[in-house]
Amino acid sequence: MTATETWTPVCTLVELEVERGAAALVHGQAVAIFRTHDDTVYALGNHDPFSRASVIARGIVGTRGDVPFVASPMHKNAFDLRTGRCLDDEGTSVPSYEVRVVEGVVLVGPRRTP
Amino acid sequence: MTHLRQTLVVAGHGMVGHRFVQAAVERGLTERFDIVVVGQEPRPAYDRVALTSFFSAASADELSLLPEGRYDDPRVRLTLGTTVEAVDRDARTVTLDSGETLGYDVLVLATGAGPFVPPVPGHDLDGCFVYRTIEDLEAIRDAAATAKAGAVIGGGLLGLEAANALVSLGLETHVVEMAPRLMPVQLDEAGGGTLVRHIEKLGVEVHCGAATQRVVDVDGRVAGLELAHRTVDAEIVVFSAGIRPRDQLARACGLPVAERGGVLVDEQCRTEDPHVFAIGECAAPGGRMYGLVAPGYSMAEVVVDTLLGGEGSFTGADMSTKLKLLGVDVASFGDAFATTPGSLELIFADAVAGVYKKLVVSVDQDGNASRLLGGILVGDASAYGTLRPLVSSGITLPANPEELILPASRGGAAPVGMPDDAVVCSCNNITKAAVCGAVDGSADRPGCADVACIKSCTRAGSTCGSCVPVLKNLLDERLAAAGRLVRTGICEHFDLSRQELFDVVAVHGYRTFDDLVTAHGRGRGCDVCKPAVASILASQLNGHVLDESTVALQDTNDAYLANIQRNGTYSVVPRVPGGEITPDRLIVIGEVARDFALYTKITGGQRIDLLGARLEQLPAIWRRLVDAGFESGHAYGKSLRTVKSCVGSTWCRYGVQDSVRLAIDLENRYRGLRSPHKIKAGVSGCARECAEARGKDFGVIATEKGWNLYVGGNGGANPAHAQLLATDLDTETLVRYVDRFLMYYIRTADRLQRTSTWIGALDGGLDRVRAVVVDDELGLGAELEADMARHVDTYFDEWRATLEDPEKLSRFVSFVNAPGTPDPTIAFTTERGQIQPVLEGEDGGPTLIAGASIPVGAR
Ligand code: SRM
Ligand SMILES: Cc1cc2nc3c(=O)[nH]c(=O)nc-3n(C[C@H](O)[C@H](O)[C@H](O)COP(=O)(O)OP(=O)(O)OC[C@H]3O[C@@H](n4cnc5c(N)ncnc54)[C@H](O)[C@@H]3O)c2cc1C
Ligand code: SF4
Ligand code: FES
Repeated sequence: MTATETWTPVCTLVELEVERGAAALVHGQAVAIFRTHDDTVYALGNHDPFSRASVIARGIVGTRGDVPFVASPMHKNAFDLRTGRCLDDEGTSVPSYEVRVVEGVVLVGPRRTP
Repeated sequence: MTHLRQTLVVAGHGMVGHRFVQAAVERGLTERFDIVVVGQEPRPAYDRVALTSFFSAASADELSLLPEGRYDDPRVRLTLGTTVEAVDRDARTVTLDSGETLGYDVLVLATGAGPFVPPVPGHDLDGCFVYRTIEDLEAIRDAAATAKAGAVIGGGLLGLEAANALVSLGLETHVVEMAPRLMPVQLDEAGGGTLVRHIEKLGVEVHCGAATQRVVDVDGRVAGLELAHRTVDAEIVVFSAGIRPRDQLARACGLPVAERGGVLVDEQCRTEDPHVFAIGECAAPGGRMYGLVAPGYSMAEVVVDTLLGGEGSFTGADMSTKLKLLGVDVASFGDAFATTPGSLELIFADAVAGVYKKLVVSVDQDGNASRLLGGILVGDASAYGTLRPLVSSGITLPANPEELILPASRGGAAPVGMPDDAVVCSCNNITKAAVCGAVDGSADRPGCADVACIKSCTRAGSTCGSCVPVLKNLLDERLAAAGRLVRTGICEHFDLSRQELFDVVAVHGYRTFDDLVTAHGRGRGCDVCKPAVASILASQLNGHVLDESTVALQDTNDAYLANIQRNGTYSVVPRVPGGEITPDRLIVIGEVARDFALYTKITGGQRIDLLGARLEQLPAIWRRLVDAGFESGHAYGKSLRTVKSCVGSTWCRYGVQDSVRLAIDLENRYRGLRSPHKIKAGVSGCARECAEARGKDFGVIATEKGWNLYVGGNGGANPAHAQLLATDLDTETLVRYVDRFLMYYIRTADRLQRTSTWIGALDGGLDRVRAVVVDDELGLGAELEADMARHVDTYFDEWRATLEDPEKLSRFVSFVNAPGTPDPTIAFTTERGQIQPVLEGEDGGPTLIAGASIPVGAR
């Protein structure tokens, strides 16, 4: 996926529940979009590498120290919303994507390089 | 010779005889010995210490120490209902009343003691009883059915226990004591006086300094007691004037006995004959007999140890006692009468509150109290657990020892360090070091994190329970020292425990997580505190779980009102209250499963699980179910699951009550109730217990007269049998008790604590629950019932409500930007004619477009 400049509109900001996620289909990939309490929007891959199911968007959102995170609904593994890094297991992560909100519309951009 | 197996005969299967066999099996003595136990009573050993609870037990079996009726070791033979009549020490045989003769290599006498009945005229009339065996209590209960008043001769420990029983049988009760005060062996005059005032308040008439002249005889039956100065009317007389060791077997075969009775034995509990030992209340080590069970247990261990070649010895025992008599705390320990030369007494007395506390201390050269020697506590014995080990350990007292007995509000109850070898549980002789060892754990066993675990690992706290508060303190201290302190805060966002959060929410009336975390926490919460707060808010407000203010708090299953499965699909488990279902409804479930191609399975909770529903299919499935009169049902969530029932009196030839009706009513009453952990229940139509009610958080078993209520059971990884809370209840009272029980649990339990562990952790355990739920001692009953009434009144079907709310429905889509597109990563195969999930990387599973996850390093 080299088309680094493609931005896909997925929904409006108000459609996203605060501190919950929603799944979106971006270039055939399931992406989990989150809106935190301060209205920051994050996007991670929806696939949970531990349970191998596409469920990250359905986890609980919160903070560990200063780190915003989502706990996978399957076995509660925590992922950093900013980077996709797993907070319980150094070596594992999920992809994270650029996101922007333009005039109330959430746009998902290219995948960040880790 | 040594290669031959030897025979060991135990005479008497009481508490101590049983402990002996237990220890013999555990410690491998049966590798060498075949053991034959001969017991006179018709049933295996039972908990005589708890004898009085026979009156509240469902059956005598509840007291049993060996409910299976046999040992788990084929080399032990148990012969009950049989008496050892004689011992032939030369031939090394015993003769039984069955005519059988048994040879022995070792004989252990464990024949206990019997009640002493003073030879007053009329002592053998109809209506005279003693208080020692289950048969005695059965006879007393039967006689009480037609009696108005009863009198107990003897105001000692056991006499008051018997008086307690007469009161609970509804009799006008008299206690007659020859000494000038009650419990003369344990209490001084002031302590005894305080106890008398307590007991008289309960309506018991106490006659101290009164000798019984004779039992009044009317037509061969008891009609009263003639005392020196008056006569009391009573149709029942219970003799409880002390016990005498049952040492006749030893006397008859020429073994020496102590002056005041008891088979004379040495520190190994061996008699003059090296083949004969004596343990328990029939024995008199060093000439002294011990009327408590703990010393007997020590003797049993010593004999097993000796036979294994060990060096154990019995050199005396702690005669401390603590008990609750007619609801009054009484404790006496160590040198309670200050007989040690130069000792000093510190006394705290509050006549209004009915509290009397005395410490006996030794004094050093400077005139300061240095060591605790003993004490007496009446009315409030909460300090007993801390004080008693101070006596046995002999450590130096703090500067102001009186602090130890002042009421907590005046600075008392300071925690005190004790040495490792201090015995903290005297019933089972468990030291502080052993308790700490259990908390620390070892290579092959993880450390304990709660008192229940300490109980099962060490036996500490499992007999009279008076040491439990100390166990809890030691546990906390030890965990803190090891950095394993269970911080009471539930997670990094709150320093409050679940119970404290519950109270804070109730007091301040918070309705949102935001208000709560702003006022009492920090950060934005996490997967631990958010669902806990959601549950607390739901218990108090009962809003919809998907309301805007709470939706972000819900655990996955609550957030989508169904159970997530390993491939991200959901299961739906329609509620089938009590397991009763009509054929038409059964067909509807079948049709839904067929039309949505769901995997179908009967659950362990008497309902039908439909698995494999995609998130976006859930509303359509609920629609079909709701239209047919179902609700989707909680198989998820910390809430009521099912109330299991048996078929009951409607059909079953044994049933005595309609268990199905009650199960349905209970399930409908408590459905949707949010709680610290899931709640399960069961109702059986008779004692055969086909609904496994005693495996549930609350279980109901029908009796001829109504319902017995059991609480605190569960299956799962650590199964627990529910314990009897109350008997023969009518349906209305039953429901009231269950209301109170559940709300008390919801208010005070920790997060993810099932009822059994919650009860185990409560100070006072099941008695505490009974005090709150049945006796309403805290006066909380009405409030708890009102809480439940609110739940019942505000309950609604949350699936139906979701269907009616487009806002809530909008979350049930596969993708926000492609609501109609099924998740391409969900795939199924077929097995035994039904779907089955396959995951990425499994045979036939979906392939992900490269790089959806990037595991770095080996996992
Ligand atoms: C479906 C069912 C198995 C079955 O096919 O029979 C089942 C399935 C699950 N059980 Fe269970 N349990 C089921 C009956 C039981 C029973 C038997 C019973 O209820 O009579 C027990 C033992 C009794 C008990 O709980 O005391 C049982 C003890 C557990 C436990 C251990 C609880 C404990 O205190 O140790 C868990 C784990 C937990 O809750 O933390 C558990 C957890 C689960 C979960 C919720 C695990 C999960 O989070 O995914 C399973 C999901 C259910 C689902 O539909 O997705 N399940 N589970 C049964 C549903 C019954 C129902 O109609 O509601
Ligand atoms: C109401 C009550 C309350 C009590 N409360 C407490 C308390 O709070 N704390 C405490 O420490 N202790 C208490 N005790 C005392 C405690 O029960 C005894 O210390 C304990 O039971 C002694 O155990 P044992 O095995 O020596 O005797 P037992 O339990 O009496 O067992 C002896 C057994 O031997 C049998 N037997 C006797 N002779 C023969 C024979 N010839 N052949 C075969 N079998 C024979 C008897 O039938 C009996 O079953 C209480 C006792 C009673 C009655
Ligand atoms: S518990 Fe009793 S009433 Fe119920 S089915 Fe079993 S035998 Fe019948
Ligand atoms: S002191 Fe009785 S159980 Fe521990």
